[in-house]
Amino acid sequence: MTHDFTTDPYVLQQPEARPFWEAAARGELLGKACEDCGELHWYPRAVCPFCGSARTVWRALSGRGTVYACSTLRRADPPYTVAYVQLDEGPTLLTNLVDMPESAMRIGAPVRVVFRPADEGRLAPKFTAAD
Amino acid sequence: MSDATSAWICGAWEHPTRHAPDKSVAQLHAECALGALADAGLTLADVDGYFCAGDVPGGTPLVMADYLNLRLRWLDGTEMGGCSYIALVGHAAAAIAAGKCSVALITLAGRPRSTGQSVGVQPRRLDPDRPEAGFDSAARWTIAPMYGMAAQRHMHEHGTTSEQLAWVKVAASQHAQHNPHAFLRKPVTVDEVLASGVVADPLHKMDCCVITDGGGALVVTSTAVARRLKRPMVKVLGCGETAYTNHGGRVDLTRTGAEASGRLAFAQAGLAPRDIQYASVYDNFTIMVILQLEDLGFCAKGQGGPFVADGNLIAGRGQLPWNTDGGGLCNNHPQNRGGVTKVIEAVRQLRGEAHPAVQVPGCRLALAAGPGLVLGGGHAHSTLILSREG
Repeated sequence: MTHDFTTDPYVLQQPEARPFWEAAARGELLGKACEDCGELHWYPRAVCPFCGSARTVWRALSGRGTVYACSTLRRADPPYTVAYVQLDEGPTLLTNLVDMPESAMRIGAPVRVVFRPADEGRLAPKFTAAD
Repeated sequence: MSDATSAWICGAWEHPTRHAPDKSVAQLHAECALGALADAGLTLADVDGYFCAGDVPGGTPLVMADYLNLRLRWLDGTEMGGCSYIALVGHAAAAIAAGKCSVALITLAGRPRSTGQSVGVQPRRLDPDRPEAGFDSAARWTIAPMYGMAAQRHMHEHGTTSEQLAWVKVAASQHAQHNPHAFLRKPVTVDEVLASGVVADPLHKMDCCVITDGGGALVVTSTAVARRLKRPMVKVLGCGETAYTNHGGRVDLTRTGAEASGRLAFAQAGLAPRDIQYASVYDNFTIMVILQLEDLGFCAKGQGGPFVADGNLIAGRGQLPWNTDGGGLCNNHPQNRGGVTKVIEAVRQLRGEAHPAVQVPGCRLALAAGPGLVLGGGHAHSTLILSREG
């Protein structure tokens, strides 16, 4: 299955994030790290938010983390779960919990990345229960 | 501030409508402007500074300046979401202190109820030029689960309960029963809040604010102008504003910008939380009140749940009379923004013009505080401290 992001405005208008979406299309999760201060940040950007350096580089992430918080929107049809997941490498990102039982959706639950299409076409990182 | 550079809130007016399908947004802004100016005893011709935020038609002060044919020497269109109008009082005070204007008009208006917005549960289509938009919008986040996550996290870290959250709504409803303009006037119980159905875990329907049309306006003036007018003297003692972001991915949903904006406002005023007799604190969701009361220093971090329980925010009963107009939870939340109504009720309290059932006797020091935009998505925050003089 191919996912076309050539018409996705969230990819087209953000050249600085394009390598992230190209990697996501291959099922790989990337983050941005700073070559000067060494810190990893989220969301990925060209300038390090911790030290101001423009020497940021893409780094492959494990795709493993834990649930920092989650909330299921009951008013949606069907309901879905919005979550903050803290990656094992440190940063916390806004995402969804998918394909896992509601009873497992709790703070501290171990999760791993899966990729699912966003409405506009790009494959975006979501998380599911880790084995 | 010395008197020569002081600023005073001389006009404060809340539009009585909560549903305005037959009015334009510009018309609502204009009606609010005229209401606040009449309250102050001033006219459009007196205005020389205009302050507005992102709700204004066209997103620039110029459109309403043209509609009202204002003659301005100072314009400020700072967009900080719902706290803009709290922050803009501070901006107006700074402009007045610098001699840039002497009669500052601040307006807010909108009609999300008439246009059928369900802002809490409908995903937002973020501007693709926002660098975080591609990442965040893929999660189809909406307002309610963002605050749901904050509540869940606060419960996890501090043992806060749904019953404690419900007490915030109970207090708002106790006040709103006395406000003839309030959107929801019926007092509710903790049990009724818990039985109102979950919108986004763990938040119930009654943990969420109302969606209303309407608006409000404020007039801030120099000392020379304020002394000419016949209104009670309400002085701007301190103001603070800040941005609280996701800090490069180091997310903490249990803290808000109220820590920084409150510290700045209290320092400028030379006061502490124990001095405050009345507090307007923004209440888009019950959890947000608990987080801010902690961060403003009314109780220790983590103790917000016990602090709001058992009616402690109810005027005449509790330790901290709060949102005596019924707040965003019951009274009014025009254009999904709480800032202007927070300042207006604080001014009513300081003037002794709140409803007698909720008026704080001898109220001389009041606070108005709130965030703007979205907790967890990066928010602004502003705190204002006001005093009654004379």
